[in-house]
Amino acid sequence: MAAVGVGRLRRAASALLLQSPRLPARELSAPARLYHKKVVDHYENPRNVGSLDKTSKNVGTGLVGAPACGDVMKLQIQVDDKGKIVDARFKTFGCGSAIASSSLATEWVKGKTVEEALTIKNTDIAKELCLPPVKLHCSMLAEDAIKAALADYKLKQEPKKGEAEKK
Amino acid sequence: MLLRVAWRRAAVALTAAPVSKSGVPIRGLRVRVVDHAVQSSVPSDTAPAPEAESVLRPLYMDVQATTPLDPRVLDAMLPYLVNYYGNPHSRTHAYGWESEAAMEHARQQVASLIGADSREIIFTSGATESNNIAIKELEAAIQPDTSLVSVMTVNNEIGVKQPIAEIGRICSSRKVYFHTDAAQAVGKIPLDVNNLKIDLMSISGHKIYGPKGVGAIYVRRRPRVRVEALQSGGGQERGLRSGTVPTPLVVGLGAACEVAQQEMEYDHERISKLAEQLTQKIMNSLPDVVMNGDPEHHYPGCINLSFAYVEGESLLMALKDVALSSGSACTSASLEPSYVLRAIGTDEDLAHSSIRFGIGRFTTEEEVDYTVEKCIQHVKRLREMSPLWEMVQDGIDLKSIQWTQH
Repeated sequence: MAAVGVGRLRRAASALLLQSPRLPARELSAPARLYHKKVVDHYENPRNVGSLDKTSKNVGTGLVGAPACGDVMKLQIQVDDKGKIVDARFKTFGCGSAIASSSLATEWVKGKTVEEALTIKNTDIAKELCLPPVKLHCSMLAEDAIKAALADYKLKQEPKKGEAEKK
Repeated sequence: MLLRVAWRRAAVALTAAPVSKSGVPIRGLRVRVVDHAVQSSVPSDTAPAPEAESVLRPLYMDVQATTPLDPRVLDAMLPYLVNYYGNPHSRTHAYGWESEAAMEHARQQVASLIGADSREIIFTSGATESNNIAIKELEAAIQPDTSLVSVMTVNNEIGVKQPIAEIGRICSSRKVYFHTDAAQAVGKIPLDVNNLKIDLMSISGHKIYGPKGVGAIYVRRRPRVRVEALQSGGGQERGLRSGTVPTPLVVGLGAACEVAQQEMEYDHERISKLAEQLTQKIMNSLPDVVMNGDPEHHYPGCINLSFAYVEGESLLMALKDVALSSGSACTSASLEPSYVLRAIGTDEDLAHSSIRFGIGRFTTEEEVDYTVEKCIQHVKRLREMSPLWEMVQDGIDLKSIQWTQH
């Protein structure tokens, strides 16, 4: 009688185990799997989103990409008199990886000189964010945005030198 | 005595409604999930009780991609998975006979949904296989110009209903075969193959709350439509599709069709109401939102909206609690935006900004409200991060800008 009861209990217990889904917990959070948590973090905890005064002579603005391509990045840098980037802001129309790449770019340029900022490579950005191969172009656009902002800043400095020479 | 009480308690726990106790995953609610160090799909008595963890599943708003199994369909299938496991082509014993009977009953259920005769239904592995069977031979048929017209009944991306009746009438008068891929339409809008003059139709199981891995092709008998088999073998399914018919799957497909036939009107009305709520709330709360697709000839359960100045994939990432789909390039493996949106003349930047909302039989009003609220919140937030939105607010015409890439 007791043996029969134990048998029933064991079957009931194994049936209960059967009912519970055999999925590891991480499997259920599917969206997180597509996006690396570093990429999501740049959206959920945004840093440096915004605009600087583009008419100011200390601000370089880079606008790269095209809406038809689904990727547009605007990156702005503020440079002090010693040639050091003291502030940076970005705005991006693009996928999560594009937003993260441009956000990371603004983080990295801060505190660098204009020359040092030129050395930032898209491969470093991609590595830091663990971008999959299909998203590498986002990091390339971020590098282009940095270079465009630096070029715009340089352009703003030059005419003044030209005017000084003319005089 | 004590053991009997324990047994009764265990039995009650087993038959209790699937709320958090039994650990069956429920959308949107916190559930206790078993996390195994060793992943084994075969249960064993000796496995130690694993640590339970609490996880939230996203809401499901992507019914065009696939649908959950209707519990009534599972009920119909289960006996054929566990007990009545005979091969329906076995002619010599009861296992075969009962399996065959179930297969023929399922065939009749599918036929009844579309106004066809059961002899005109061939079971396949899905709508893709059905499409391939339909167009293979007919492409090579000798005709002056056109031998076959193939049109989707309801588009899976924007939900537009094609004028099937008109196309059927034209094809029939020109003696041209008419095939339609009705995967998104069967069981959702009324379809009668005779009224609509359809010669071939593809049906998909998992789009109508049936199992995955099964579908059917409707092949007209009068006038006879000849198709060539894609796979050869034992000559099953009138020689058009060799291979053992998977009884549990076709029983599921049949049950799904029958349930769809009963619930079609109610589902359509309920889904229309929810769809109206979703679109109205979103379009009243956000400016610059475009609905893609003809609003009149439209299946309500598939809503495709473009949110200008916000890229689709970033919105999907932001709406991480909701399972959605987008027509943007970033979400496709090829990085090309949706061909459907391009074909209807959508501007490329709007094509990158599209999101598809799917409302189905099991979508609740709460889920729609939650999705709408989060969508509005995150579109606003992403627009704050968007250089295009900033430029538009400053009065700049985006079309006048020379972009660096094209």
